[in-house]
Amino acid sequence: MSERGLFLAQRLSALLLGPLVLVHLAVILYAVRNGLTAGEILARTHGSAGWGLFYGLFVLAASVHAPIGVRNVLAEWTPLSKGTVDALAALFGAFLLVLGARAVFAVVMA
Amino acid sequence: MDAVSPKSLSVRIWRGKDDGRFETYEVPARDNQTVLDVVTEVQRRHEPALAYRFACRVGVCGSCAMTVNGVPRWTCRTHVAKVAEAGEITIEPLRNMPRIKDLACDMAGFFDKWQKAGGRFTGTRNRAEPPAAVDPASRKRVAVDAAIECINCAVCYSACDVVSWNEEYLGPAALNRAWTLVNDERHALRRTTLDLAMEQGGCGNCHTQGSCMRHCPVGISPTESIAGLKRMSLLSFLVRDHAAADALAKTEEPA
Ligand code: SF4
Ligand code: SF4
Ligand code: FES
Repeated sequence: MSERGLFLAQRLSALLLGPLVLVHLAVILYAVRNGLTAGEILARTHGSAGWGLFYGLFVLAASVHAPIGVRNVLAEWTPLSKGTVDALAALFGAFLLVLGARAVFAVVMA
Repeated sequence: MDAVSPKSLSVRIWRGKDDGRFETYEVPARDNQTVLDVVTEVQRRHEPALAYRFACRVGVCGSCAMTVNGVPRWTCRTHVAKVAEAGEITIEPLRNMPRIKDLACDMAGFFDKWQKAGGRFTGTRNRAEPPAAVDPASRKRVAVDAAIECINCAVCYSACDVVSWNEEYLGPAALNRAWTLVNDERHALRRTTLDLAMEQGGCGNCHTQGSCMRHCPVGISPTESIAGLKRMSLLSFLVRDHAAADALAKTEEPA
C-alpha cells in the first residue's frame, strides 16, 4: 500500500476508533457501577449481534490503526530495513486481529 | 561611518569540511552590527579564504543562513547584540546538508526535494492568453498568504529533527512549497502535487513539533502547511469523484 494509502487508513480508522472507545469506556463504567460480575456481563452479551458487530468493528479498526503507528516508530527509531519494518508491522496487525477476534468470539458466542 | 566601540567580539568560525575545526577571531564590536557583517569583516581582515554565502544583505534572497550559537538564522538580519553571549558568537554551517567548506553547505539535495514534493509550477495558459485573475480574498489564496513568502533559506530544513534522522524526508520548505501550489488555481497539476507531497518521505513523517515554524525567519508555519496538505488529502479521499477532487484534478478554464 502506498504511504498515502496508509495515512488514509490510519486517519479513517482513528475516526472510527474515537466514538468506539468512548462507548466502550462508558459501558465499562456503567457495568461496574452496579457491581455486575463477569458472568452476569457475559450472560448479557452472549448471542448479541449488536455487541458482536460493535466489538468486531473495534478490533478491525484497532488492528489497522495500531500497526501503522508502530511501523512509523520502528522506521524512525530502529536501524531495521524497510522490508523488515513492514513485515513486523503486518505481523503485529495480524496478532492484534487474532487476539481481538478470539475475545469477540468469547464475549458473544463461546 | 560605523562607530568603533572599544569593545571587541570573539568570533568562533567553523573552518574546513566535516573534519574541520573552530578558529577564533577578534572583531571590533560595532553598533547595529549583523552576524553577516561580522563574517564579512573576518573574511576581509583576517581570513581571505573564508567561504560563505550571501547576496542581498536585506533578508530577501535566502542565501546567508548559518548556525549561530547553535540556532539556524538568516545572518544578514540577525543583530549581534541579540545573539552574542558574553561577547562571543559561534558560527557554523547549517545542519542537515553536506558541508562544502567553512560556512557553505551543499543545498542541491534540499532543492531536489522541492521537485520531489511536486514543487514545479505547471501553467495552464500560454503567453498569448491573459494572465489569470486570482482574487486575493479567495479562500485558497488567503490560505497561502504566509506560505508564499518563503525565501528558500533552508533555516527550517536545518531546524527539523525529522530531516536529521530520516534522509528521505522532504522537509518543511519543500512541503510548504507544495501547499502553495495545491492552492494555486493557475497550477495545472494540483492533484499530482498533492499526491507527491503525501508519498514516501512526505507529510506522513512530520511530527508536528514545529521547530520549522519556530525558526523560520519570515514567520511562516510550514507545520500548518503540512497539516493543510494532510487535511486536503483526507478530504479529497472522502469526497472522491465529487466537487473537491474535481476542482483539484481539473485545470482551470480561462475566465
Ligand atoms: S513540524 Fe514537521 S516539518 Fe516542522 S520541524 Fe517539526 S517535523 Fe519538521
Ligand atoms: S519556510 Fe521559512 S525557514 Fe523555511 S526556507 Fe522558507 S523562509 Fe526559510
Ligand atoms: S543575504 Fe539575502 S537573505 Fe541574507
